[in-house]
Amino acid sequence: MKYTLEVITVLAVIVFAALFILQNAQLHRTLSPEEEAWGGTDDKASQIIESSGYEPWFTPVWEPPSGEIESLLFSVQAAGGALVIGYFFGYYRGKATHPKSP
Amino acid sequence: MHIMEGFLPLFWCIFWYIIALPFVAYGVLLLNRLTREHRDSLPLLAVAGAFIFVLSSLKLPSVTGSCSHPTGTGLGAILFGPFLTSVMGVIVLLYQALFLAHGGLTTLGANVFSMAIAGPFLGYGIYRGGNAIGLNTFVTVFLAAAFTDLFTYVITSLQLALAFPAQSGGIMTSFVTFAAIFAITQIPLAIMEGIIIALTFKYIIQARVDILLKLRVLTKDQIKKVQESLA
Repeated sequence: MKYTLEVITVLAVIVFAALFILQNAQLHRTLSPEEEAWGGTDDKASQIIESSGYEPWFTPVWEPPSGEIESLLFSVQAAGGALVIGYFFGYYRGKATHPKSP
Repeated sequence: MHIMEGFLPLFWCIFWYIIALPFVAYGVLLLNRLTREHRDSLPLLAVAGAFIFVLSSLKLPSVTGSCSHPTGTGLGAILFGPFLTSVMGVIVLLYQALFLAHGGLTTLGANVFSMAIAGPFLGYGIYRGGNAIGLNTFVTVFLAAAFTDLFTYVITSLQLALAFPAQSGGIMTSFVTFAAIFAITQIPLAIMEGIIIALTFKYIIQARVDILLKLRVLTKDQIKKVQESLA
């Protein structure tokens, strides 16, 4: 069973995407236009804490000035990581196929 | 899973810093030893660290209608153990706290404890336990990675519950509230993460099985069994 794991991964991604599409359609029917779905869980937890009357006593030293900048920095984080993973898997593969080359 | 900047009272900030510190310090010690004794495993360490970078940057939608991100710490825990993973976790959490205002410096200790210590420790235990009872290697990796992810969020919920007990019902009620937000959202993401890390583990076996043997991640018998199943 050489490719069992690959098949499982692809199936899982499809199921995951399908669930998202169904859920999204469902949410759009029930939410009023002002409400936004798919917010972060971090924010939800923060809202609950703030609703109990707690005030954060420290603010971030630097905040991304806009949503675009924030997603840029998240992308940089992901791209950097992916670069390292790809580089070393390629390096290992090259070494395995040409063991004697310098 | 990140507790936002300023969202823990000072006492709990200090408390989690103190708890997390010895783990990270010992991790740095092990990292020094690894760079001296197993230089050829360093690329793999970089891959494990990069995995945390990639997966913790991906905010994914979940069945609950909100978004959360996987942790990616399971791979490091399996390959290098929880202490080394905690050092890599600190780097990622620091990046996100400084540049993304995601998490924070005051809550760093708490976030390091949940994502880079508690989760990886459970994952490492599951991996070792699964190996000991002879469970299929990829199933073991899947379970270890998925529970590393899920447990991180359980601990985050607990940390918030300890700091903010509900007025009626106390810590337990508060824990259920936070766990309903974090842990439930996380279940599908944890399953995805487990599958992806199991697949990555297969590629690592195919690329450098010798390092896995050297780091005592797998025994010779297990490697033989896995290679037969992949042939």
